[in-house]
Amino acid sequence: MQSVLNQLYFSDRYNELLDSSGQARPHWQALVSQLETEEPTAMRKRIEAVQRQIRDNGVTYNVYADTHGVQRPWDLDVLPLIIPQEEWQHIAASVAQRATLLNRVLLDIYGEQRLLSSGQLPPALIYGHSGFLPSCVGIPHYDNMALHSYAVDLARAPNGQWWVVSDRTQTPTGAGYALENRTIISSAFPELFRDLNIERLSGFFASMRDSLAHWGHRVAANQAQTVPGVTALGQGEPPLIVILTPGPYNETYHEQSFLAGYLGYPLVHGSDLTVRNGIVWLKTIAGLKPVHVILRRIDDDYCDPLELNADSLLGVAGLTQAARLGNVLIANALGSNVLQSGALLGFLPNLCQSLLGEALRMPSVATWWCGEPAALEYVIQHLDELVIKPAYPQLRSSPIFGEDLNASQKESFIAKLRAQPGHYIAQEQVDISHAPVLTNHHQQPQLGTLAVSLRVYAFATPNGYAILPGGLSRVASGKDARVVTMQRGGTSKDTWVLSQDSQPPFSLLRKTNSSQDLVRENAYLSSRMAENLFWYGRYSVRNLQKAITLRATIRALVEYTPESRAGEWPTMQGLCQWFELLPSPKDEEESANWQPWTDDDIEPLLVQAVFSQQSTSLATSVQQLFQQAFNLRERISNDHWRTVNVLSRLFITRHQHASLQDALSYIEQAINHFVTLTGFAMDWMTRDLGWRFMSLGRRIERLQFMCVLLSRALNMPQHSNLEWLLQVTNNLVTYRARYAAQPEWLPVLDLLLMDENNPNSVVFQINGLVKYLEEMDAQDNAGGIATELNGCWQTLLQLDPDQCFIAGNAALADWLNQTYNVTLNLSDRLSMRFFSYASPLVTPGY
Amino acid sequence: MRYQVEHQTIYSYDLPVIQSQQLLHMMPRQTPFQTCVSYTLACEPIPAEQSQRLDFFGNHNHYLTMLATHQVLQVTSRFQVELQPRPPITALMQSPAWEQVQAMLQAQGAQHLEAVPFIYATNRVKSSEALAAFAKNCFTPQRSLLDAAMALTQKIHAEFEFDAQATDVSTPLDEVLKGRRGVCQDFAHLMIGALRSLGLACRYVSGYILTHPPPGQPRLVGADASHAWVSVYCPVYGWVDFDPTNNCLVQQEHITVAWGRDFGDVSPMRGVVLGGGRQQLEVSVTVTPLEATTMLQV
Repeated sequence: MQSVLNQLYFSDRYNELLDSSGQARPHWQALVSQLETEEPTAMRKRIEAVQRQIRDNGVTYNVYADTHGVQRPWDLDVLPLIIPQEEWQHIAASVAQRATLLNRVLLDIYGEQRLLSSGQLPPALIYGHSGFLPSCVGIPHYDNMALHSYAVDLARAPNGQWWVVSDRTQTPTGAGYALENRTIISSAFPELFRDLNIERLSGFFASMRDSLAHWGHRVAANQAQTVPGVTALGQGEPPLIVILTPGPYNETYHEQSFLAGYLGYPLVHGSDLTVRNGIVWLKTIAGLKPVHVILRRIDDDYCDPLELNADSLLGVAGLTQAARLGNVLIANALGSNVLQSGALLGFLPNLCQSLLGEALRMPSVATWWCGEPAALEYVIQHLDELVIKPAYPQLRSSPIFGEDLNASQKESFIAKLRAQPGHYIAQEQVDISHAPVLTNHHQQPQLGTLAVSLRVYAFATPNGYAILPGGLSRVASGKDARVVTMQRGGTSKDTWVLSQDSQPPFSLLRKTNSSQDLVRENAYLSSRMAENLFWYGRYSVRNLQKAITLRATIRALVEYTPESRAGEWPTMQGLCQWFELLPSPKDEEESANWQPWTDDDIEPLLVQAVFSQQSTSLATSVQQLFQQAFNLRERISNDHWRTVNVLSRLFITRHQHASLQDALSYIEQAINHFVTLTGFAMDWMTRDLGWRFMSLGRRIERLQFMCVLLSRALNMPQHSNLEWLLQVTNNLVTYRARYAAQPEWLPVLDLLLMDENNPNSVVFQINGLVKYLEEMDAQDNAGGIATELNGCWQTLLQLDPDQCFIAGNAALADWLNQTYNVTLNLSDRLSMRFFSYASPLVTPGY
Repeated sequence: MRYQVEHQTIYSYDLPVIQSQQLLHMMPRQTPFQTCVSYTLACEPIPAEQSQRLDFFGNHNHYLTMLATHQVLQVTSRFQVELQPRPPITALMQSPAWEQVQAMLQAQGAQHLEAVPFIYATNRVKSSEALAAFAKNCFTPQRSLLDAAMALTQKIHAEFEFDAQATDVSTPLDEVLKGRRGVCQDFAHLMIGALRSLGLACRYVSGYILTHPPPGQPRLVGADASHAWVSVYCPVYGWVDFDPTNNCLVQQEHITVAWGRDFGDVSPMRGVVLGGGRQQLEVSVTVTPLEATTMLQV
């Protein structure tokens, strides 16, 4: 036993694992004996398994989220923080009390403001806080609940007591990460997890869903009562609850999409919602659907560009008014940021007495708001022992440790304090407890300890707050070990609350009661998501075709003499121009004098077409594809996402002096990935409405390409080599299997146009388009587009192959042009019909 | 004194707008010195939805939603108000020393509830040492608050040039202070920033002012504009209005529409539209004094 625990050193701090005599505390003994008895290799494997699972699950935290998708993998220590039941009961009761108190304060601030008029809260704490939103005064709250979701950061002092460090009241983050941590760590220690009887997390989320559904029904009833034309929810019909996200570049976007999936709520952007008649509506493929509850991850003032911050492009114009009318429940209520202030901490003990009639169960870390003259003097006297922080979140500045300041710095800082005392709070610098962490050090698991803090989550129910039995523990591993935050490179831990009762064996995720509850289609496909899927389909196919066309062109250049490719060579160059891989003539004059490039001239141009930073190169269009995939991150599997990721990294490095061979080799690699993506599209995704939109995009892109390719090919001389046509349409193998001879016009065109079983034929694309359009909108064939496409097919059938399937045939060329135009039209009409939402233009006022 | 005001706003868009939501602060408040006699609001296209309420500051808000596709949006606010005389500066000599007011507001906020929302910096009007320094030679020790405020009004008028091209609605205060030019909105913000940097309470007032055509010439329709000035909180006299643009104590030629912490709380019209492309804004305001006997129907 000594061998493991000897790695730990003693300090004045509280040690979560060891008692004062250096023995493991009782609630850690099971874990310690596992560490003692296990081979180091086995423990090393557990650590590696945890890291692998994080990567595989794609758990990320965007620190500097940018368009290149730089995401940091989530950092998770293999050892959980273990908390015994009696201690947890104290924590849970304290957090519930604090949430109840803060909710009462919030209601008062946006209601009667008695705390202000009675002098219990200084006006600066409200009006000096930019989180106070005057527009939100007087908004009604169902069941007097405004602070639905609450989180609090706790730390343990040297005497073993838990203290509150700070409150999270706007859009508390991390509960989703806590859930993912649990999934990963419980499978790293399956036996221990089972034997220790750990409190399950799923009950908390189940009660969250129940609460939101309860309020959703209340909102629905209000809508039906007050807005003409809105009907009440039917028997058993669930209210529409959505998660409002700021978008994929937000630092916790991964968590948002994870929670959306876990809770079964659509993840929506502001532009997916619109307010009419005082109701918030979700724009879906099937029209506008009334929204009842919004679980928001957008900051208060960014939620409504009409009434709050006009600079916001994230929010929903009119949301505040909808809330005012009781037609939507926003969790948390708009304006809850006002509670997020260290200045409030010192007032809470008295407020608790006066509002709840009881003592505050858990103290906050001693905090002085310098806006009070006595506090200011105390802070100046004791600067060395204190941490100075901004009083309000709008004053963005880092904590300042008094002990770090030299004499002159101290002097100028005191001057700053005296100039605007109300802007600062001072907190006692607490030596917070240490928890054990296990890391692989030179391939050997090594036990150490780091300062730990615990974030606990509360969610409102109509009967008070439910507390997540566990939470997000974090250890400081950044440069400054006095600051524990994920933004500065902290590591997270699972939190195990020991239970007396035996726990239900299964997660409550997707508990299905009977066959009536089975779901075969996602209920709501937003217009934005449908459009993203559509364009993802188009970009995927366009990229593949670009790559294959480039490959065929480069091979023709390398493998044939100019004389032997004279017939098809101008057409191949022209096709590259159509893809904008090669520069096109700028005007009519240039166009009239256009001559095919010589071999020497075209070689560097083809290399550029692959690697250049220009908007039309293959490298750039791969990045566009990546962007498109990123926009539908929560809809595609991790394997799928990983392929897109690898593909995009292929072209991230610059290639200054690349050769034609390099170009060819990168094209080959890219084609492999594109084909993998095709596989995901064909056989890896559920064929729901969203899939149909993606497939429409794929087929339209394919059909357009075939039309352009063939109408250009028809202009080639009669005796051109047709093999490249088969190559760029992926038909070479089929052709050779069917016909032994050199490719000829009639059999080639039959295979490329008419073969219904050939996924690389024109008719195959048309049939697919007609089928998906009819499935999507059986009533009127998606506005008659399907009928039009069917007409194209009938016209083609009337052409006599013996007459028409030959170079230079005008009837076939006409047909190809017409069909091309139908596809252009189809894309526009789909946009009008299904994707008709536009980005709002905000007029900030004059 | 009775006035008729017509305030017309026309937005022209390059592309059709399919949905437009607008929030208006255009209907005048009732105050001890002002009574709104009549009010009409006209909008083209006709709003699909229209509602109104009093906001946190007691201003009238109108919400309009237009769902008919349009390329021109025209909003016309028309009203008559009756103004009562306000006390002249000579009647305001008993205001306490400004330091005393500052201390009262800091220490006993609960006794000055109507003033406390207007003490603190906002995103548009930040407090700064530079602003406090700018006001310092007006706010000399023990000078009475309103006397000092009048001096600050004069100082801004003397040291700044009215220049409609120098700034727009988003120009930060630091730039105005450096550039020494701007419009009424900038001067009001400047004065507010300076007063709040000294710990005093003041609010931004939006409205209209009667302009005087050159002698012998008729009043031009639409030649007036929205106006803005500053109201200072005095524990003895309540709110007293100063106009730094026109170097005066507000009397009977200022028509009050709305007030707030800064322009952001009271902008006459702000909105969100779907579609539209580029937009062009035309505003025209006409303030007409009426003889008490010739009451026009509006």
